[in-house]
Amino acid sequence: MSSKEWPLWEVFIRSKQGLSHKHVGSLRAADAQMAIDNARDVYTRRSEGISIWVIESKLVTASDPDESAEFFEPSESKIYRHPTFYNVPDGISHM
Amino acid sequence: MSTKNIEELEREFQAKIDADIKIEPNDWMPEGYRKTLMRQISQHAHSEIVGMLPEGNWITRAPSLKRKAVLLAKVQDEAGHGLYLYSAAETLGLDREKSIDDLHSGKAKYSSIFNYPTLTWADMGTIGWLVDGAAIMNQVPLCRCSYGPYARAMVRVCKEESFHQRQGFEIVSLLANGTPEQKQMAQDSLNRFWWPALMMFGPNDDNSPNSAQSIKWKIKRSSNDELRQQFIDVTVAQAEMVGLTIPDKDLKWNEARGSYDFGTINWEEFNQVIQGNGPCNKERIDARRNAKENGAWVREAANAFAEKRKKKELTH
Repeated sequence: MSSKEWPLWEVFIRSKQGLSHKHVGSLRAADAQMAIDNARDVYTRRSEGISIWVIESKLVTASDPDESAEFFEPSESKIYRHPTFYNVPDGISHM
Repeated sequence: MSTKNIEELEREFQAKIDADIKIEPNDWMPEGYRKTLMRQISQHAHSEIVGMLPEGNWITRAPSLKRKAVLLAKVQDEAGHGLYLYSAAETLGLDREKSIDDLHSGKAKYSSIFNYPTLTWADMGTIGWLVDGAAIMNQVPLCRCSYGPYARAMVRVCKEESFHQRQGFEIVSLLANGTPEQKQMAQDSLNRFWWPALMMFGPNDDNSPNSAQSIKWKIKRSSNDELRQQFIDVTVAQAEMVGLTIPDKDLKWNEARGSYDFGTINWEEFNQVIQGNGPCNKERIDARRNAKENGAWVREAANAFAEKRKKKELTH
């Protein structure tokens, strides 16, 4: 008989149709179905959701926060990607 | 791997805290910050779980179906709060099983208030009103704690606590406006829980050695004495409204301070309860230990069932 600890799961909830699933927290469960059932009891006791995703935490690959400055630098330096970079002459509308 | 030295890292860390940038699980943090949070969050989680026991005591004896349903929902919320908090602590590397074993061996602490017995139905009201009320006072500032997962857990907890406090005050106020016996029951309950509720905020600021560092790290946002004063100032009027008397002969409005002066807290009692010598410490820990031991077969069965289901999926 196995007495191993239940694995950790990350829980994502869609609060209503039209919105994407959002990370709400984690919990432990023996398998995916139990994780879904527990997530309902823990994270949706007050109508917070209409759909639940769970994924085992160990399957998540994350970017390294220590390297985030270099990693996200390309998006910091390209200010011309934003509409506010451009001058629109007075009198021009619908733009 | 970062080539920065520890002083640089610590300076950058404090700069982030000062700029109100939240710290997230994989970010660099000083060991002291991690340890302080792990201790505080796991103690908080233990308190939620042990806190289910005094109220669980009255579920089968609630005076009506409505009160039973409400109490069940409240106790279920406490279980959920414990779970949010254990999860938040796990993001710091806490070993959940070990932490629960530390609670059971008496090594880990939990809120002293749950070591007092719940003798009458009125205690269900008083606990909601005062104990959850004091918890809210403590927890609202924690929603702005510098550690992201703890702050997010506290937002959820605080949303739910407000129902807890209101249902408690409703019970107290109905009893206080009932028969003389009912009113007496409410007053007796207030007499027993008032001082322990004030102790929930922890030692006086002069005797709280880690507070300054916690405030600098924005783990704590207000001092113990500030929160206690705030609690007293809002609660006195609520007691007056329902015609109950706060059991403190030194309680007096201080015009100059704009706050109530109050009597001296019995810190000897507080220390005794913290050290394991309160009226119900042993009973509470025994109950938790039994729950874990007697529930072992359920956890094992769930593992076996998960294995079986996995095998079945693989053969399809």
